[in-house]
Amino acid sequence: MKIRIHISLRPGVLDPQGGAVHHALEGLGFSGVKDVRIGRLIELEMADDTSDTVLNEMCEKLLANTVIENYRIEKVTA
Amino acid sequence: MKAAVVTFPGSNCDRDMQVALREVSGREPEKVWHGDADLPDGLDFIALPGGFSYGDYLRCGSMAANSPIMRSVIAAANRGVPVLGVCNGFQVLAEARLLPGALMRNSQLTFICRDVGLRVENNRSLFTAAYAAGEEITLPVAHHDGNYFADEDTLDRLEGEGRVAFRYLDDVNGSQRRIAGVLNAAGNVLGMMPHPERAIEDAHSGSDGRRLFESVLGMLV
Repeated sequence: MKIRIHISLRPGVLDPQGGAVHHALEGLGFSGVKDVRIGRLIELEMADDTSDTVLNEMCEKLLANTVIENYRIEKVTA
Repeated sequence: MKAAVVTFPGSNCDRDMQVALREVSGREPEKVWHGDADLPDGLDFIALPGGFSYGDYLRCGSMAANSPIMRSVIAAANRGVPVLGVCNGFQVLAEARLLPGALMRNSQLTFICRDVGLRVENNRSLFTAAYAAGEEITLPVAHHDGNYFADEDTLDRLEGEGRVAFRYLDDVNGSQRRIAGVLNAAGNVLGMMPHPERAIEDAHSGSDGRRLFESVLGMLV
């Protein structure tokens, strides 16, 4: 099965890259941009019987740094 | 005194660290490879050097923090063996959760490579005893991801427990409360972004880093 791990910065953590992209969008003339936060998307191809516990453990141990990041696990249905 | 320097693929300050330890202690440190399962027996000091371990893939220090040798480093740290992480070594220690917080992209988004002023905030630690309290020193920094982040409660706890070892005199990279180096609760693990091993003799731009090694090695003699 295909798994997508959506990783985003926790609220309250400053995102200097998001700030720079925000500024660049405004420079291109896009108005109405209120905030930009940059995250990461990790796609995994996993055995069908992989448990949620294992997926969570993978996120906690390596894929996300929960000091600064939140993660969301999405199971992609074909 | 038996010291070891761990080399990860992409470490580039490991030789500088080895030279600093040899110059100060008079003894050649052990060289340990990231894929080794075990550290040499009877180590008194472990240094994680700067660099770009594993190409900074995923997050700086995240891959190295999960490499085979780190299980032994974590066990040694928990037994009380002094561990110093400099620059990428600090990022590795934070990712391994031996130190609180995380190192994020510099607030100005640029790589910073220059000498910076620091204040020694705590001179009662294993690593800082040879400095005066509140002493201002100069060490080089060279990093893209040195922006120290921890939540407010953690920052208050670090300050209250004297675990901020070094603080930048000016805002260098956006670090919360200008923190440049932090200690673990037991005081035997120090992570810092500035490079003491690049400032140990007059041929360098300064020698303010030398006393850090004299502090920790002197106490171990």
